Amino acid sequence: MERRVHDRGGWPDAGPIDRAEHVYTMWERRTDAIRGVLGAKRLIRTDELRRAVESIELSPYEQLSYYERWIVAIEALLIEKGLLTREEIDRKMEAWVTCRS
Amino acid sequence: MGDLSELMSASRGDIPSDTVEEMTMAAKFRLGDRVRVRVGSPPGHFRTPAYIQGKTGVIEGLHGTFPNPESLARGGDGLPTQFLYLVRFDQTHLWQRYPTSLQDKLLIDIYEHWLESAS
Repeated sequence: MERRVHDRGGWPDAGPIDRAEHVYTMWERRTDAIRGVLGAKRLIRTDELRRAVESIELSPYEQLSYYERWIVAIEALLIEKGLLTREEIDRKMEAWVTCRS
Repeated sequence: MGDLSELMSASRGDIPSDTVEEMTMAAKFRLGDRVRVRVGSPPGHFRTPAYIQGKTGVIEGLHGTFPNPESLARGGDGLPTQFLYLVRFDQTHLWQRYPTSLQDKLLIDIYEHWLESAS
């Protein structure tokens, strides 16, 4: 059977579970809030978010933090559903970087 | 063969008892039935981890029926709904080098379409 990236029970050399907690940063809180809004407006379901998170390739999956995976997944779903385009997201990001510098 | 409707009434007090009975009548498995978890990795999202696949356990409870998450994950309507069972496994059956008590159990929720009879 093909083992998926998120399916970690018995994963070889997985090591112990990191149980460390941290105070959530503002971007993590915002990510959670955005998911909440998208859910309340019935634009993204929990199971869809899980599918999108579980579809992330192994290498980026390992490098991304929990909420970074959510961002990648939410972005992929919004593009898949035609609610945003890659270009719109990139344009907004560029404008944001410019305004910060 | 135990009585699942009693178990469901305890956890789902908001559902009239005749509805509970009707629902549990339609369920494929009964309390205490031995079941084997199917092996597979369908595309998209599914809620049956690899370490439990192919293993044999015992029906411990029935949570009720729920929209199929595999359908919901693809943007579908989740229908037909699936029975969701609480299934019990011996930890020593799941892990070859399980280090502690031989009595330890794993309780995990598994949807009906992932289970087949093992009795």
